[in-house]
Amino acid sequence: MVETLLQLAVPAFLLGLGYVAGTMAEQSHYKSLRVRELRLRRLPTTNLRRPPAHWRVESAALVAGSTVVSVDYFKRFLAQLHGFVGGRVRSYESLLDRARRESVLRMKEEAVTGGFDAVINVRLESSNISSPLTNARGTVGVEVLAFGTALKLAR
Amino acid sequence: MILSNTEEVPGRAIREFYGVVTGSTVRSKHFGKDLLAGLKNFIGGELKAYTELLQEARQEAIERMIEQAKALGANAVVNIRFATSSVAQGAAELFAYGTAVRVD
Repeated sequence: MVETLLQLAVPAFLLGLGYVAGTMAEQSHYKSLRVRELRLRRLPTTNLRRPPAHWRVESAALVAGSTVVSVDYFKRFLAQLHGFVGGRVRSYESLLDRARRESVLRMKEEAVTGGFDAVINVRLESSNISSPLTNARGTVGVEVLAFGTALKLAR
Repeated sequence: MILSNTEEVPGRAIREFYGVVTGSTVRSKHFGKDLLAGLKNFIGGELKAYTELLQEARQEAIERMIEQAKALGANAVVNIRFATSSVAQGAAELFAYGTAVRVD
């Protein structure tokens, strides 16, 4: 009896922990994303391969930003339930959205720190990361990499 | 060394091509970090240890690519691409490649 209770209590505790901590972390992350995106919105960023013809480019350099994220226990549980019915898995959508925005922001921050005026040819890549320890449930996390060419323009 | 993922260095003409240069590194995770990441897996969010690890690895791959380009006499690498592949569980290869050129 006690054993069954314990067996139920551990996942229940992890679900609760995942839900509370995960939701809090997500909300504070979205808040920080919004603030930083607003601050960096003046830095032109494009995935065009060439700068507009009228730009006088002084120098160029590679900039990159990356983030590895993982889902919380609660979201993973939700997604597994979703697996039965199919359809949109919102909990994973928000995770990837956060990772992408964070990576782009880090790339832009690197460009601003280096004194650059724009970033062109921006590319986004993602890859799965697996671990020997946590592999029982598949992947540990997803890495999102954003990179592009930062330009310094002549004034 | 000028690095760029565009096909040319904006604002500069390419004078000479030296061909493809590559750099790679295979990294595996530190056990302690891995354990921490495993715990973090319950809460979700960013796994900073992994982010740092991959950044360091990517930087090393880029540096190896730069060394190759320098040896060829290039002063820039253009059209840089990255690739990540997991070689085995717990180890990943970070690969960077591009074209070594000389620009004005």
